[in-house]
Amino acid sequence: MKKLRTIARLIGPFAGLIFVFMIFRIIAPSAFYSAYNLKTIVTQSVITGVGAMGMTLVIIAGGIDLSVGSVIALCTVIVARLLASWGDAPGALLPLCAATIAVGCGGLCGFVNGYLSAGLRIVPFIVTLGTMQIARGAAKWLGREQTVLAPSTWLNSCMDVDPAPAWLVVAPGVWMLIALAAAMALVLRRTVFGRHVFALGSNEAAARLCGIDVVKTRVLIYALCGACTGLAGLMQFANLTVGDPTAAGGMELDIIAAVVIGGGSLAGGEGSALGSLLGAVLMAMLRNGCNLVGIPNYVQNILIGAIIIAAVALDRYKQRARA
Amino acid sequence: MQEAILRMRGIRKSFGAVQALCGVDLDVRAGEVHALVGENGAGKSTLMKIVSGALSPDAGAIDYAGKPFAPRSPAHARRSGIVMIYQELMLAPHLSVAENITLGVEPQRFGWLRDPLTEVKRTLELLGHGHIDPATPVRTLGVGEQQIVEIARALLLDARLIIMDEPTSSLSAQDVDALFSVIRALSARGVAIVYISHFLEEVRRLADGYTVLRDGMSAASGRMADTSLDEIIRAMVGRTLSDMFPRREHTIGDTVLSAGDLSSPPSLERAGFSLRRGEIFGIAGLIGSGRTELLRCLYGLRKVKSGNVLPRGKTLPGHHAPRRSLDAGMDMLSENRKEEGLAVSLPLRDNMTLSSLRRLSWLWPLSIIRGRRERESVSHQCTALGIRSSGIMQKTGDLSGGNQQKVALGRILIDESEVLLLDEPTRGIDVGSKVEIYRLIGDCACAGKAIIMVSSHLPELLGVCDTLAVMHRGVLSPKKLVSEWTPESVMQWATAGKPVPRETSGIIAGD
Repeated sequence: MKKLRTIARLIGPFAGLIFVFMIFRIIAPSAFYSAYNLKTIVTQSVITGVGAMGMTLVIIAGGIDLSVGSVIALCTVIVARLLASWGDAPGALLPLCAATIAVGCGGLCGFVNGYLSAGLRIVPFIVTLGTMQIARGAAKWLGREQTVLAPSTWLNSCMDVDPAPAWLVVAPGVWMLIALAAAMALVLRRTVFGRHVFALGSNEAAARLCGIDVVKTRVLIYALCGACTGLAGLMQFANLTVGDPTAAGGMELDIIAAVVIGGGSLAGGEGSALGSLLGAVLMAMLRNGCNLVGIPNYVQNILIGAIIIAAVALDRYKQRARA
Repeated sequence: MQEAILRMRGIRKSFGAVQALCGVDLDVRAGEVHALVGENGAGKSTLMKIVSGALSPDAGAIDYAGKPFAPRSPAHARRSGIVMIYQELMLAPHLSVAENITLGVEPQRFGWLRDPLTEVKRTLELLGHGHIDPATPVRTLGVGEQQIVEIARALLLDARLIIMDEPTSSLSAQDVDALFSVIRALSARGVAIVYISHFLEEVRRLADGYTVLRDGMSAASGRMADTSLDEIIRAMVGRTLSDMFPRREHTIGDTVLSAGDLSSPPSLERAGFSLRRGEIFGIAGLIGSGRTELLRCLYGLRKVKSGNVLPRGKTLPGHHAPRRSLDAGMDMLSENRKEEGLAVSLPLRDNMTLSSLRRLSWLWPLSIIRGRRERESVSHQCTALGIRSSGIMQKTGDLSGGNQQKVALGRILIDESEVLLLDEPTRGIDVGSKVEIYRLIGDCACAGKAIIMVSSHLPELLGVCDTLAVMHRGVLSPKKLVSEWTPESVMQWATAGKPVPRETSGIIAGD
């Protein structure tokens, strides 16, 4: 019974993915179907995908986080500055420290979001609208309003489409995304914390009545989202190899779109990690295919917007049919 | 039944200047089904919120299971074994039955969930509902079964006192019977139940003991078996049963609305009738028989597949907007007060004038609202209807159920409609307010308005209406004078769709 529900939940985004793939298979040049391009697509879905893992938690619980784009930029700047200040040959360990600190900073931003919204009872939309600006400002400040150069480290190779040890097949970032998605799916479905996330989004009053600590749970949710955002920032750094305070502008909308395409409802109580993963891959595939066909950027924006609306409309239709 | 499991003495609670409870005493024995009755505003909900930990009293003592008890929060009270089941069910719609039942107390090991299937199934079986699949999402269940899920949750917490606030207001007769057998099963296991309800006939059927609250005090208490319904009502309102349905003589004029062969599948098959000025036309029937759908078709909230609606000689097309019904002089009171009938977050004044704004404004379509005129209209209605509020700007959601319903009625009266469609006008309202609303309906009839009233409460229909028809599975019976119906003949139509011949009715009565 549970397996059936999982399949039913994922069938929408999966069908959408196959559909888009088929279309580009027909209209795009054969380069679309090449192994290299397919690897490019999954690599290009990593940043959005990792961010979407954290956002899935937030959206299932009925909240929202608009600050993720700015925090990604902030984390790229943090990593770059740390690496730059630690000298020219940082070795293998220091980049790991820089990475951990960046993820920690992301988590801290998330903690602030959670505390302000759940603890002080301010609407998350407004709180994260504010932290979005604050984080962007902090990124520009730390980066002295320019890109921050950093010495080359193994971090830079996390997003290589053709990875260095060839047996990896795809970029290390992709494996990291897969592991993160699996972990998030497990947490959501098999842990008490995950159950409480769904309960909060479905009926917060009932959750409170049953003794769930609403504030603590929400703060943890936003902190985890912040940590995922930090990880996404790390991958963004790997992509750019520099810290860029202007990076990821508007990426929060892509990330939210991935979650919604994957079955998440902004009203809370619904969503899935694997669905969000499919959503991220679908959007990367869309952009990639459009580029190959020669469709201009602005048309891609319109297409993605139309797909988001279609995905949600289809979902509402299914729900009404069920009722 | 043994010693008292709950003993409350001298409970006082005030909210600002309002003294909600002025020294209430309450005794409930283990395993007893104890009814708590009283008008709205008498203090029942406040008292129970104090017991269940949602409020703290200003003064007084509570003894629970023989020891002093002062719950710090609802969660604390639940852990101690006192569970309150609210009228609005506290379930997470997206989660399954099992997930809801174990919410907050999930069996786990180091944060990883363990399968609660055996405990959940056992609890559901104890309640006679072992057929409910624990994996189904709760939102797919009917209201009756959702309530069972909440009770199962209480049972899993090992509750010794369960408080139910108006549990049957949205249940069908079958669900009510199922609920009653569950309550008796719980009582047999030694769980005490405090049962708050406006349905006094139900309370008589079910309760062992009762307490009546009036104006924040315990007005009466005792064993249900030793007390008559009349005595209980008198303790509640200081009025007797015979005063329940004030009738006023009024003349019936010419036809003001007729409907022919209305059909709107799947709920409405065939309905036709004509309505006259000054007539109060009641529609009886089981829940789900299509009465609400009929009203909504007349008003324009539901698509009509075939048939016509003819107010005052005009014809309204099959699917017309409510605006056209309003223009034709017809308005409707929804059965769903909180979600559809009223904008509960808006002030009383706004709700009352919502359908009359055109008339109350200058310079259509610029439509600047005439403040003074609006204020006067609303104040006049509030006095005429006897609405108790702190002012016309009070938030509607803060009013009691009876007053909210009067606000909804006020809206229909202010927009000067001639045909009033009332869907369950006294649902969820205390006895005192019910009587006031019956009187207001009578006043409307005297003023020449035509009224269609849908209700699930047969005594009310027989007491208030002039004519009556019964709906059975989407088909409306012929309309007859109320004097030509009996409770049995109404029930026969409601359940069988046609009158049962006299020879066999003896067999049915003997069943």
